[in-house]
Amino acid sequence: MTEPVLLSVEGVAVDLPTPRGNLRAVDQVDLKVGAGQTLGIVGESGCGKTMLSRAILQLLPKKAKLSGRVMFDGQDLVTLDPERLRKLRGRSLAVVFQDPMTSLNPVLTIGTQLIETLQEHLELDGLPAKKRSVELLAAVGIPAPEQRLMQYPHQLSGGMRQRVAIAIALSCEPKLLIADEPTTALDVTIQAQILDLLAREQRRRHMAMILITHDLGVVAGRTDEVAVMYAGRVVERAPTPALFKKMRMPYTEALLAAIPKIDAAPHTPLPAISGRPPDPTRPIQGCSFSPRCRYATGRCYQDKPLLIQAETPDHQYACFHPIKAAAGVSA
Amino acid sequence: MATLELGIDENVAISAIGRRRRLGPLFWAAIAWMILVFAAAALAGLLPFGPTDMDMLERRAPPSALHWLGNDGLGRDELARLIYGARVSLTVGLCAPIIGITIGGALGMLAGYFRGRFETLVVGSMDVLLAFPPLILALAVTAYLGQSILNLTCILGVLGIPAFMRVARAATLTLARREFVIAAQALGATHARILLRELLPNVILPLFAFFLLGVAVTIVVEGALSFLGLGVPPPVSSWGSMIGEGRESLEMAPRLAFIPAVTMFLTVLSFNLVGDTLRALSDPRQGAL
Amino acid sequence: MLGFVARRLLYLVPVLVAVSLLTFLIASLLPGDLAYVILGDQATPEKVAALRHDMGLDQPIWWRYLSWLGHVLQGDFGRSFRTGQTVLQAVAERLPVSIELMLLAEITGLAIGVPLAIACAVRSGSAFDRFMTGTAFGMLSVPAFLAAILLIYLFAVELRWLPATGYVPFAEDPIGNLRFFVLPALTLALAEWPGIMRVLRSDMIATLQEDYIALAKAKGLKASRILFVHALKPSSLTLVTITGINIGRLIGGALIVETIFALPGIGRLLVGAMYTRDLIILQGVVLFVATGFVLMNFIVDMFYAVLDPRIRHGHA
Repeated sequence: MTEPVLLSVEGVAVDLPTPRGNLRAVDQVDLKVGAGQTLGIVGESGCGKTMLSRAILQLLPKKAKLSGRVMFDGQDLVTLDPERLRKLRGRSLAVVFQDPMTSLNPVLTIGTQLIETLQEHLELDGLPAKKRSVELLAAVGIPAPEQRLMQYPHQLSGGMRQRVAIAIALSCEPKLLIADEPTTALDVTIQAQILDLLAREQRRRHMAMILITHDLGVVAGRTDEVAVMYAGRVVERAPTPALFKKMRMPYTEALLAAIPKIDAAPHTPLPAISGRPPDPTRPIQGCSFSPRCRYATGRCYQDKPLLIQAETPDHQYACFHPIKAAAGVSA
Repeated sequence: MATLELGIDENVAISAIGRRRRLGPLFWAAIAWMILVFAAAALAGLLPFGPTDMDMLERRAPPSALHWLGNDGLGRDELARLIYGARVSLTVGLCAPIIGITIGGALGMLAGYFRGRFETLVVGSMDVLLAFPPLILALAVTAYLGQSILNLTCILGVLGIPAFMRVARAATLTLARREFVIAAQALGATHARILLRELLPNVILPLFAFFLLGVAVTIVVEGALSFLGLGVPPPVSSWGSMIGEGRESLEMAPRLAFIPAVTMFLTVLSFNLVGDTLRALSDPRQGAL
Repeated sequence: MLGFVARRLLYLVPVLVAVSLLTFLIASLLPGDLAYVILGDQATPEKVAALRHDMGLDQPIWWRYLSWLGHVLQGDFGRSFRTGQTVLQAVAERLPVSIELMLLAEITGLAIGVPLAIACAVRSGSAFDRFMTGTAFGMLSVPAFLAAILLIYLFAVELRWLPATGYVPFAEDPIGNLRFFVLPALTLALAEWPGIMRVLRSDMIATLQEDYIALAKAKGLKASRILFVHALKPSSLTLVTITGINIGRLIGGALIVETIFALPGIGRLLVGAMYTRDLIILQGVVLFVATGFVLMNFIVDMFYAVLDPRIRHGHA
């Protein structure tokens, strides 16, 4: 990576106490994001990717225990004092949540929710704040932005609401934007538009971005690097083209195979991954993916594979039987 | 879109920490108090003094070996009055909600089961009844019908009907759509059978919890009315009338007002505690504390 | 918006008609008594019959109801045969006192309940929260008249800081007026605050777990802003409902407090009419109070729509 490192997640683990025992939602994760770079985090529901994003933002539930370091712009967010953390959030560090119907306050106008961020961080008020809000809404592709300021979230369509959420996130020119499944709650036809909007804004502002999703297809062509998560751990990490062309993890291969292809023959059965992700309160001995892996051998059930390097230092994977052949596709 | 299995949502795992209501020490203390009060009221005949035996020489006398709680403004034994007062307060407190639970419960179940215009009629008339501030209605009726324990019990009972109706109807509405009811209907069971065999056992628990809360409310309302002299007619006295009379002696013998007040408070609190706990058990969504 | 209001008003009419009917029926339970009561000792059969004919008491019941209703709609609620005042005059005299009591009581109740609710919601699960919730529960078992006795004993008898009974109009002596209202308003507030606090607390706890609160935190907003603007507003819906219902209930419940503290309000008017068997006043005041109660609920419904724009636009 030639860019300076903006965010460095080091050995982060999140433990949640539950009546059924300790739940390790995130298990010793290391990540780096450079300024202006996009990192994609891919995994099934329950793999810990949302918990990881909350851990980075220091927005974990009260009962959660966090260990490790989160270095953002030279400061460790875990130990940073609350007031300085608050000033960072919304300003240098922004987030877009999955469902804009629940992430926007239903009883406050769009204008209020936009302007309050400007008031808080940029000390804009009155007319200048309003003007800037209109500019932001126009930039994210919302028609008739002046009228929208007085409207409430439920008066907008799902795609519009997410654009508003993105406008809010971008309002103070953040250095890093975390987009947690930004298109999952939207219609398929809108998804591409939103993703393109994010990519465009990111390039324009030279902003770093973390794109979290369960869909490998989303990160193809839109990210510089991809990290695949399973059962709370990063199991493969590579620059995006390398991941798609030379993936090593059987899990990544299975994910890729499960994406429907437009040029497949009609009625081709979709190769779903059999089995279910493991129960986080009952850690499996050995590799977490072994029950569902078709290459699994005895060793896989005994020992946990650690992240090791592939041909290049920026491509890592955790498997005893990595795929040798170039089975992937061009991203 | 990749076809992936759904795993455990992290949020669900955290909120699976259900609030299981344990019957804590407060619950049992409340039960113990209730038993004590009931027993005392039942065994009132064993007391050496009656509630109306006046001893003018001992007016407002402090507690002594003979009179454990002292004497009131007319020389009557305070302890005896307290226990006989319990009888009255508990009688009205229990009988009035019984009217409410039987009539209101029946109306609610029928309304929730049969739906349609019958339901609209029932709910509408309850709304009209609820439009009257209950205390005022109770006062108005006793003004016309005269003060007596029977009248008081009846009007307080009637005032409780809408609330019981609501509880029974809500419980019936959720149950009547379940499979076991449809199955019973398919087997040719009559309405009466379904209502009594299938629905009633399930509705009875929330209704009973509400009944206990109703007892607490009734004791309070009866107490308030008697306090003003508009509840139970003298010479019969309940805790409320004792407190009302004790008000005269606040400067000289405050205990005359406070002893029945504390007794009433503890009894009402006990019924509230037990009723609330049972309600939380039967419908966790409406758990109070 | 207008359609919403119109629909609610339409529902109001049958309820008010039913209320008036019920009031009248209760009043007509013992028609014979009225004439006897008025004449008292002078009741001879001829005088009773004459008076009954005069007052229209020998007409069929539906005629009497319609006649009474007709009078009521023209503003004539009847005249007390004890005091000679019309019902409206008596009510107009007493209403300001009752309203002042209700408002002071509700404001005090809110002043105690709302901050406690917010403090508990933010510290949900802590020892402070459990203690306050337990106290609120206990207070629910302390009815108004018990609280009144306690407060009178503490402040009037022992400490002698405040008067136990009495009243002076606000216009005459504002400070004195408020002094007389302290204990009564506090008594009612002590009965009100637990309900307010419990409802608002559970509402806020639910709201604080919503996604939009997490986003507000992620935006780096000040904690006070998140609490009072983002969290309180959605929860205030239930608060307004409770306050409206409370005020409606206070119309009747303040009765006891007014009697204990000798405040010349509507409640005391009613109780006095009971003691003297002044049935005309009784009937008129009951109708007045019940109607006010129904209207209060209606106003609460309207407020609902203002606070939650989703209801206004028909979504919710």
